[in-house]
Amino acid sequence: MKSGSKLEKVLTAGEFAVTAELGPPPNSNAEAVIKKAKHSLGVAEAVNITDNQTAIVRMSSIAAAAIAIQQGLEPVAQMVCRDRNRIAMQSDVLGAAALGVKNLLCLSGDHQCFGNHPEAKNVYCVDSMQLIAMVKQMRDEKKFISGDPIKEYEPRLFIGAVANPFADPFEFRVMRLAKKIEAGADFIQTQCIFDLDRFEEWMKLVVEQGLHKKAYIMAGITPVRSSRALKYMKAEVAGITIPDALIERMDGADDPKEEGVKIACEMIERVKGIEGVSGLHLMPIGWESITPVILEKAGLLPRPEVD
Amino acid sequence: MIVGDRKPLEEILDYIKDYKKIMLMGCGGCVTVCFSGGSKAAELLASQIKMARKQAGNEIEIIECTPTRQCEYEFLEEFAEQVKSVEAVLSIACGVGVQAMAVQFPEKHTVPGLNTKFMGYPVEHAVWEEKCAGCGDCVLEWTGGLCPISRCAKKLLNGPCGGSVDKVCEVNKDVECVWHTIYDRLKVLGKLENLTKVRKAKDWRTSTNAGQRRITFEEAML
Repeated sequence: MKSGSKLEKVLTAGEFAVTAELGPPPNSNAEAVIKKAKHSLGVAEAVNITDNQTAIVRMSSIAAAAIAIQQGLEPVAQMVCRDRNRIAMQSDVLGAAALGVKNLLCLSGDHQCFGNHPEAKNVYCVDSMQLIAMVKQMRDEKKFISGDPIKEYEPRLFIGAVANPFADPFEFRVMRLAKKIEAGADFIQTQCIFDLDRFEEWMKLVVEQGLHKKAYIMAGITPVRSSRALKYMKAEVAGITIPDALIERMDGADDPKEEGVKIACEMIERVKGIEGVSGLHLMPIGWESITPVILEKAGLLPRPEVD
Repeated sequence: MIVGDRKPLEEILDYIKDYKKIMLMGCGGCVTVCFSGGSKAAELLASQIKMARKQAGNEIEIIECTPTRQCEYEFLEEFAEQVKSVEAVLSIACGVGVQAMAVQFPEKHTVPGLNTKFMGYPVEHAVWEEKCAGCGDCVLEWTGGLCPISRCAKKLLNGPCGGSVDKVCEVNKDVECVWHTIYDRLKVLGKLENLTKVRKAKDWRTSTNAGQRRITFEEAML
């Protein structure tokens, strides 16, 4: 075992794994984290704790992850390259592991122009690929990126990365995934999938190259409550493809929330059947309370028991 | 070339509000080519300042001059007498020129009339784009001659990120995703394998964060 996390155990046992998501609050309210944590308790192997997502200042992902651990939840702490240099990032990796974090998701991070501090200076001392390699080196070679040894207590982390099958150039996306796996990613969570055909096409290429055997691919699904949310994402979020038919379906729904749940369940059913998909990453952005409902309806409960 | 952009007139007027006689110094180098700081730009700015000050009932005298390059002491020496005769210097060279003036004439207040933007070249008439960040460790050999350090909003060495759509950067739809262009270029060159390797973390010591950088060309030393 690389980390001994529940997520790693479920994936290595060959079970279809589930991760959910928890966005920390934009204040110091630990209760808000505790409340959100309850939605995912016992229904997912682990829960991603986002790191200042969309570049909006929120409680630190590692602090929120520590609170989640106290609630009995296993976190996947997210770490972006936007805000810290390699000194601060390695320091936080050590700190996260010391607090009991066992899964770390490495991302570049949304550019600061999308958030509430567009005047900030970004860092990108390392990029997401290099962050993955850095954490792997800390874990497996017991060395900092500088080459200095970590004499003992190296951070034992299950390393995650993201992949976006919907960005361009399409033919490079699988190549980039291969690079992330080569750099050291143990599991991959994809960008929100709405265009299942394109996802299927991408997965075919992933399987052709045998990448699904080198890292666990988890399909990202985002339930939405309104067609407005879909239209917003289509217009404003680069790298998300949303078919018009889906918007029309939500437009025509009597109860958009119920329809959103139904759509998410249908999508989960379909991705479960795609070769090479090892799990689900459910991202109910700002709608964490729906997590157990969807997982129940999708037949993913109860979760498998692992040692 | 170094590309500069004129500061707003109000800001310039504020810098020189206490002075009755100034020198407005252009530069015959890069900023002449990009229209913001040559002798014509100096002439235009001088008349705008004079007009504004006249309207305010507070006239100003301006001596205009444009050395071949404001960034070399030897081109500045000839203006020593004129500089002595004014209260301040308004420089519309790049930031390098402004500093050369400040050092050459330390007793004189030199203020900038431009915002120095970047190193780049014109992509069409009167449009310039940034092409180099002066990071001190050039990667153009394996990127197909396109710089991700100056042109990628995240300075990625393993791009493109997930925000690259239709060859455009997520940060600004008017900006091409340089990583998509690098991919296209390397494909044409038959060198896509350049992108399959994980590029290691950059050594930023060569860049701007180790204090002022200095280069010595030994062979030319006197």
